[in-house]
Amino acid sequence: MADHAAAAVVAHAAHDPNIGSTGLDNRKVGMWAFLGSDCMFFGSLIGTYLAYKGKSISGPLPHQVFDIPLTSYSAALLLASSLTMVLGLSALQESRVKKAAMWLFVTAMLGLHFVLNQVYEFTTFVLHHDLKLSTSLFGSSFFVLTGFHGAHVTGGVIWLLILVMLAMRGKLDARDYTKVEIAGLYWHFVDIVWIAIFTVIYLIP
Amino acid sequence: MATQAAFMHGSKAETETFWGTVWSWLTTVDHKRIGILYGTSAFIFFLVGGIEALIMRLQLARPDNTLVGAERFNELFTMHGTTMIFLAVMPLSAAFFNYMIPLMIGARDVAFPRLNALSYWIFLSGALFLNSSWLFGLAPDGGWFGYANLTTAQFSPRHTIDFWMLGLQILGLSSMLAGFNFLVTIINMRAPGMTLMRMPVFIWMSFVTQFLLVLAFPAITVALILLMFDRFFGTLFYAPAAGADPLLWQHLFWIFGHPEVYILILPAMGIVSEVLPTFARKPLFGAPVVIYSGILIGFFGFGVWSHHMFSVGMGPVADAAFSISTMLIAVPTGVKILNWIGTLWGGSIRFKTPIYFSLGFIAMFTMGGLSGVMHASPPVDLQQTDSYFVVAHFHYVLFGGSIFGLFSGIYYWWPKITGKLLDEKLGLWHFWAMLVGFNMTFFPQHYLGLIGMPRRIYTYAPDLGWNFWNLVSTVGSFLIAVSLLFFIANVIRSLRYGAVAGNDPWDARTLEWAIPSPPPVYNFARIPHVQDRDDFWLTKYGDGHGGAPRPKGAPVTAAEIAGIHMPPASFWPLLLALAVAVMISGLMISMVQVAIGGLLTLWLMYKFAVELHRPAAGHGH
Repeated sequence: MADHAAAAVVAHAAHDPNIGSTGLDNRKVGMWAFLGSDCMFFGSLIGTYLAYKGKSISGPLPHQVFDIPLTSYSAALLLASSLTMVLGLSALQESRVKKAAMWLFVTAMLGLHFVLNQVYEFTTFVLHHDLKLSTSLFGSSFFVLTGFHGAHVTGGVIWLLILVMLAMRGKLDARDYTKVEIAGLYWHFVDIVWIAIFTVIYLIP
Repeated sequence: MATQAAFMHGSKAETETFWGTVWSWLTTVDHKRIGILYGTSAFIFFLVGGIEALIMRLQLARPDNTLVGAERFNELFTMHGTTMIFLAVMPLSAAFFNYMIPLMIGARDVAFPRLNALSYWIFLSGALFLNSSWLFGLAPDGGWFGYANLTTAQFSPRHTIDFWMLGLQILGLSSMLAGFNFLVTIINMRAPGMTLMRMPVFIWMSFVTQFLLVLAFPAITVALILLMFDRFFGTLFYAPAAGADPLLWQHLFWIFGHPEVYILILPAMGIVSEVLPTFARKPLFGAPVVIYSGILIGFFGFGVWSHHMFSVGMGPVADAAFSISTMLIAVPTGVKILNWIGTLWGGSIRFKTPIYFSLGFIAMFTMGGLSGVMHASPPVDLQQTDSYFVVAHFHYVLFGGSIFGLFSGIYYWWPKITGKLLDEKLGLWHFWAMLVGFNMTFFPQHYLGLIGMPRRIYTYAPDLGWNFWNLVSTVGSFLIAVSLLFFIANVIRSLRYGAVAGNDPWDARTLEWAIPSPPPVYNFARIPHVQDRDDFWLTKYGDGHGGAPRPKGAPVTAAEIAGIHMPPASFWPLLLALAVAVMISGLMISMVQVAIGGLLTLWLMYKFAVELHRPAAGHGH
């Protein structure tokens, strides 16, 4: 019986080289491993921010520069984009490629809007509050942590747009849903990290 | 099908010419070839790091020596440490991961063959980038741990630290990519029937190592990113004048640095756990306990980092906590040593070169462990820190441990990799010269440290009582160099005139010995069905309780082999690695280069990703 099941796995693996002996897709396991590693990456950056919280010897202070309503709006954009991401994947699995491309595009645009909000936020800090990378420990740790998150979102936007492009050219269909699912894993992870950053940096006084 | 068959047989027309051969190595995605590339490069860098060590030993051979000055000496010990850790021991381990993991789990390749090639080329570009600093007279000089704020622009304004910082960033990227690849390979590419507890112990130790790699490297990545921002963009992470904590670097670095110690030693432990059962002709004693100990070591490895920082004054609570966890991690390590001894007990041991190196590993590593666990006690550590005692300790675990273990692996698997046997007599000359030379070099350093000789000094006064043992240490280091000449002679001799090894020269126990030496490109003509940890042994001899050897299957047909699909060669990994190097090195030169390198990287990542994307449905290519 066990041998029979094993043989079935082998037969299946021979059919799709990406499916491994656990029955999981290699690429998906690889993405989970990457996300575990990325947790440590953001963990180290958030740890640094917390270690330096309140240690700056010159202003401006966090509560003097933060625009909580704007950042809440950004957070809402990113959270909403997780929904559209799932809708895109689901449409692709149902072979509705046009609809999938549309949802993926919406996801990318929500992400782009988030990034542009961040650019606006950074610009305001520099121009109106004179808070730069080199101003204080707060400036250094704030810009580097949120900047790396923004870079992750930007990477995700590019990834999503490439998927949209492939779909528009007819090179992405239901058989490729794993590719979209993996992009989705990454996208949801970046959202979750934002929830942590938003809470730790902006909400906790 | 015709092209596939041509590929299977190494596409003769393409590989016959010299440039064809070069091209096939530059574009290879075969885990075995990449393993050979890793091993060869790592051995060359091992020699480079060794030469750096010899120059240091010459400088210290007598007091008030003037062979090299203080600044050159700083460069030498920085590059020696960095080279041995990141360019010698880690890639030598990676060579075994590459070559052996797929063979030992019964797979045809790793999970992501092109990513594997990418890891190697990124490693090579990082290694060359780091060492190119010598050509510019800008070799890193901040110690292998590069303590900030000593390494910030204020105290190290030249590009020396930039080479180190960016070089490590490139090497870290390579290690992490390889880590993801091997994690997935071990989880997902095992042959049917190979449950987790049936995996060979080398695979288990490699598995734990990959977890450490992917979880520990992000910490140093962040530490280096913060340093990079401080040096290039004016941030204040390591600027105490702005209120920064001078311990931030130390914490981030050692959160990486201590798991790194286990990244360096666990693969060697895995090799020893394969060699001993083979040559004692007994299963590994308490194999599950060895596996659990490895997992525990990996787990505790993340909870002991501050024992590198006792002397900075973290306070009694932190000192006590890290002291206890450090003593605790000695337990699973000790368990393994007892298991190895238990494996030998009552075995019918055949003394061949691989087991000499494994026995050397056990003895030397135990001594390194004993001097190491002394440092777990903060008051003792305060006496020994920054002295030669510490230098002696970590060479006993990293040289006496890792290097002896890795040489054991080289002698053990060489016949599998090359199809040729190494000479036993030269092997034993190598072993004994290395063992004596190693102990001559490093044992006196315990004593030198205890009578007060500090690390990293480039010379010393003649009246301190250090003269004699320093000279002994220097003579010993040259004996190590001589032992390596025996090894090199052995390797050349084996490649030219070595006796043919056959599939299974050691009468060994695991899957890689069931296939030809060197293995065909597809490894296994038929994927094996695994029933035990020592599966190949059981096929040969039965279970030892009256069970008969397993019947051999029908002979493999040509049609079966023709039906095996292997991934095609690809040049994108090499190009992508080059683009990454252009981007990262650009930080020292100009932001224009960073931008060009970055765009190239993005474009090549795209090409890499879609290379094997199937053609559009209905467009039929």
